[in-house]
Amino acid sequence: MVFIDSRKGVQADGTDEGCVTFVLHEEDHTLGNSLRYMVMKSLDVDFCGYSITHPSESKINFRIQTRGGVPAVEPLRRGLNELSDVCQHVLNTFQRSVSEFRSQQEDVMD
Amino acid sequence: MYCKLSLGAKMAATMSNVDEIRNRVILGEFDIKNVHTTDYPGNYPGYDDTWNLQKFQKNFRIDVVQMDETSLEFDMVGIDAALANAFRRILLAEVPTMAVEKVLIYNNTSIIQDEILAHRLGLIPIKADPRLFEYRSAGDEEGTEIDTIQLQLKIKCTRNPRATKDSADPRELYLNHMVYSKDMKWAPIGNQADVFADANIGPVHGDILLAQLRPGQELDIVMHCVKGIGQDHAKFSPVATASYRLLPEITLMETVEGEKAERLKRCFSPGVIEVENHGGKVVAKVVNSRLDTCSREVLRHDDLKNAVKLARVRDHFIFSVESTGILAPDVLVTEAIKVLMTKCQRFLCELDSTEME
Repeated sequence: MVFIDSRKGVQADGTDEGCVTFVLHEEDHTLGNSLRYMVMKSLDVDFCGYSITHPSESKINFRIQTRGGVPAVEPLRRGLNELSDVCQHVLNTFQRSVSEFRSQQEDVMD
Repeated sequence: MYCKLSLGAKMAATMSNVDEIRNRVILGEFDIKNVHTTDYPGNYPGYDDTWNLQKFQKNFRIDVVQMDETSLEFDMVGIDAALANAFRRILLAEVPTMAVEKVLIYNNTSIIQDEILAHRLGLIPIKADPRLFEYRSAGDEEGTEIDTIQLQLKIKCTRNPRATKDSADPRELYLNHMVYSKDMKWAPIGNQADVFADANIGPVHGDILLAQLRPGQELDIVMHCVKGIGQDHAKFSPVATASYRLLPEITLMETVEGEKAERLKRCFSPGVIEVENHGGKVVAKVVNSRLDTCSREVLRHDDLKNAVKLARVRDHFIFSVESTGILAPDVLVTEAIKVLMTKCQRFLCELDSTEME
């Protein structure tokens, strides 16, 4: 099992790079659950889950187990990128809807 | 397989069992079924559930239903609960605002204790765009013009010399006996007077009662506002509240007529079920299930509970965002989405830097 502490760098352990538990500091369900969803949607992930070790500490253990010998950082990186793309699309769609609503309101008032 | 009947049929179109598990949350009499998202790759043979950005973009839409200066109601369709909840959590706790943090009390002879007054001052929403300010650096006690706003509250209560002899009304007898938030005046530091010349920095609402005074009592207070997030203290939360609910779906499994139709109509929120006259008989029809609050009252009636199927659409979120007035609600949602993007970018940078080592 490899532990990657996202503040101190990789603590190497050797063995299997497909099963990794990442420790993400200063995070909670907000990023944990949404990132878990994005990583689970990928084909080469066997298991993905996160847990909050203790409610008084703000960190999560984020575990990914891959199949087919894929190193676990790959689905993590892909999940983060995809989550970022989703946010970008949501932002564009929202801003477009708001400006459409505003112009609709102005037409009504005229 | 979908089994869609023609529009003229009395029965509602039935969804296949699998589609129902994937797309609907069923509200039963004693439990709620199909709560969790199950459409991950490999769970359903024949369905390709791998993440596909194009498919998401095709199915995703946002419809603004109602918007004014303080509240916003919009629908987000085609997204998973994990992401919708992330946006809701960020709106509550991670969009930064400015609020009073340090209260320097030079004189407080009022009846309100120092700490109570300081607590109240902290909770007042301050109208200053937090995006134009920085967080205060750790260990910095004084604060600079880029991370601090200074406000002053200096007020003294006196007897009104012009009051009539026998009056008992405090509004007549005393001057300045009610301290409102409009008495908090902005004291610009450094170059703030030029930078924020047209933005009138101060409390959002001027009519918040802070303290009551009597003649001889006075307040002389200086306040420092800093940038913070709701996670640190609820005073920094930019929303009165932000919530979402799933779109309810009510389908009638059989025709409901006569007196039963009237009772069915009363089981739901007004406007959900209408009773129509079809050739002499009154028949119940679902008009607008969006208005329902899903009290499941109909399941308490033994003769009506099998006539209705109550469900919620799993990927249709009706968001309601109420701002405290610091930022417009649509700006708040935009900032919340950007915060989530920033979190992802931060971890991507961390991954890249650890890879290079």
